[in-house]
Amino acid sequence: MADVSETETINQATTERYKYGFVTDIESDTAPKGLDESTIRFISAKKDEPEWLLEWRLKAFRMWQALDEEEPTWAKVSYPKIDFQDSYYYSAPKEKPLLESLDDVDPKLLETYTKLGIPLQEQKMLAGVAVDAVFDSVSVATTFKEELSKHGVIFCPISEAVQKHPELVKKYLGSVVPTADNFYATLNSAVFTDGSFVYIPEGVRCPMELSTYFRINAAETGQFERTLIIADKGSYVSYLEGCTAPMRDEHQLHAAVVELIALDDAEIKYSTVQNWYPGDENGKGGIYNFVTKRGACRGKNSKISWTQVETGSAITWKYPSCILQGDNSVGEFYSIAITNNYQQADTGTKMIHMGKNTKSRIISKGISAGHADSTYRGLVKVMPGATGARNFTQCDSLLIGDQCGAHTVPYIEVRNKTAQVEHEATTSKISDEQLLYCRQRGLSEEDATTLIVNGFCRQVLQELPMEFAVEAQKLVGISLEGSVG
Amino acid sequence: MAPMLEIKNLHATVDGKEVLKGINLAINPGEVHAVMGPNGSGKSTLSYVLAGRNGYDVTQGSIIFNGADLTAMEPEIRAREGIFLAFQYPVEIPGVAGTTFLKTAYNAIRKHRGEKELDAMQFLKLVRAKQADLNMTDDMVRRPVNVGFSGGEKKRYEMLQMAMLEPALAILDETDSGLDIDALKTVADGINALRSPDRAMLMITHYQRLLDYVVPDFVHVLAGGKIVRSGDKSLALDLEKEGYAVLGTEAA
Repeated sequence: MADVSETETINQATTERYKYGFVTDIESDTAPKGLDESTIRFISAKKDEPEWLLEWRLKAFRMWQALDEEEPTWAKVSYPKIDFQDSYYYSAPKEKPLLESLDDVDPKLLETYTKLGIPLQEQKMLAGVAVDAVFDSVSVATTFKEELSKHGVIFCPISEAVQKHPELVKKYLGSVVPTADNFYATLNSAVFTDGSFVYIPEGVRCPMELSTYFRINAAETGQFERTLIIADKGSYVSYLEGCTAPMRDEHQLHAAVVELIALDDAEIKYSTVQNWYPGDENGKGGIYNFVTKRGACRGKNSKISWTQVETGSAITWKYPSCILQGDNSVGEFYSIAITNNYQQADTGTKMIHMGKNTKSRIISKGISAGHADSTYRGLVKVMPGATGARNFTQCDSLLIGDQCGAHTVPYIEVRNKTAQVEHEATTSKISDEQLLYCRQRGLSEEDATTLIVNGFCRQVLQELPMEFAVEAQKLVGISLEGSVG
Repeated sequence: MAPMLEIKNLHATVDGKEVLKGINLAINPGEVHAVMGPNGSGKSTLSYVLAGRNGYDVTQGSIIFNGADLTAMEPEIRAREGIFLAFQYPVEIPGVAGTTFLKTAYNAIRKHRGEKELDAMQFLKLVRAKQADLNMTDDMVRRPVNVGFSGGEKKRYEMLQMAMLEPALAILDETDSGLDIDALKTVADGINALRSPDRAMLMITHYQRLLDYVVPDFVHVLAGGKIVRSGDKSLALDLEKEGYAVLGTEAA
């Protein structure tokens, strides 16, 4: 009898539907399907880009062509081969609304955000969060610009930064993730459409959390966001990124590149809640999330901290990394990856220690339910010059049901004998005793599971900014409802 | 008036093996019953069957609680209907703050009763008042549930939960085990404070010691899956003197 009810609850988990599946009908201005040099020129012309950027894109495109569509295959994920010619590479809402007032924004877009529970007005008033909302490939609303500009902070779409701050973009674009870095980064460099640009001047502590919401909307449009954040000497910024996407049957490719640069004594905190459409309970549809995120701690005493809550996407392939160049620089990676149904996640980080006394800390929490497969893949590399380098890694996996998998693949390369590297890993299941204890106190099985999983993730959740932490905790519950075994 | 809890000819198996072999027991509001017995007699099985633990299956007989068939209810429904089990070995729930756990439980039960859920401030005020009676500090209550607690701390946290959730029927499974004398007194005071004409208690214990502090109205001796003798508090004292062996039962 117990077995039957377990099977039922697992089935319930697998029928938990994506709660944010809807499509907003906004006219698109779309590039013809397929990818060749003319697509790149179309995108560049649409954005009115300077010649140097077009050349930069074309160079990347030729590099990508030379790769002959040979995608990396080392990750523990499987999916049918992507036909890169069967996709659109540019799609923008046709009428660019004015940025000064929300009244000028397409009401349908605002409605979309309302459905997502992200009302811009309310955020403006209550949360004090500046929102640069990326809708499809063009940024349509930017708020709090005056407040930020008072402090000299630049926070704008990267396409705008190309026009207004070309010297900064030219200096830093591709300096952390080189064009030739990997297949998807190369592709992104050729076809990226928009994204955010942040510059925090020397000595400035950014007066508010910066936040960007991404959303994939037009059918079959690959999304190629490009984000560049520069924290000048002694500055601090906390950047939040959250995503949801409407329900779609066909797979959608998302290949973003995020580059962070922290100069002397600067700190960047980058937080993500990713909840893109994961596909249905049979593994049909869902987003392919092939993202390259990397930060360079270029200056001494600099710090970059990545925190991610990954609950969405059919496939996640993502390794937010830190290059610890400056002496005494610190890199951190806090991750929660929840996979359910037929989701696959191969995620982790790279910590490259180059400077003296550099420190890194990795806390990874993987939760698998249904038929999902979750892999932690991480590299800790200590270069010869990194005297006194220290790393601590903790990878915990939690399995729900008996159809899912969890894997841990740590790579450790140490070339300096003064380095100290620690790795801890655990795999566990929610115990019957824990469930009984909670249920005996009146909690439903679902609420008990959510509570226990949130407890399992606590070390990571507490790294998130307050308003994000609340959202993330809810997301944990939504992602796992009923998935008890 | 019908008893609050009425157990009739209860047979139950644990993982297919019969452990309870025909238990009869009736408990009225306001009464404190003690169930004593040697190891392996089925004492803890009885408490888990009442709580509805998976793998503890009723094969014969009935359990009626406040007029309803208890065996048809999920564990959380039993809890919301007023059954509280103080566990012998409270389990650790890493990362979940004690206050969060307790608030979630408290509000789940209030919601079931059609009462308004309390917000964090109201709730904390209530917890503070109750924890003081049990010599518990804020820190102890906020720590992750049972993680790194001493035996005494775990039992005190169980008593705090009981005080907060105000059950109709409290089942105390070996609540005295692992306690030194001071902790035992604190826990016993906590139990006594909750005695009321509306509330019944079922204390499961191996030793008489707890019964010096929480004096039961009735004492039952469980052996070999059956209640072999019932009486008042003097039965417990006799057992203490003579040992379970005098019962001459199969499991003794």
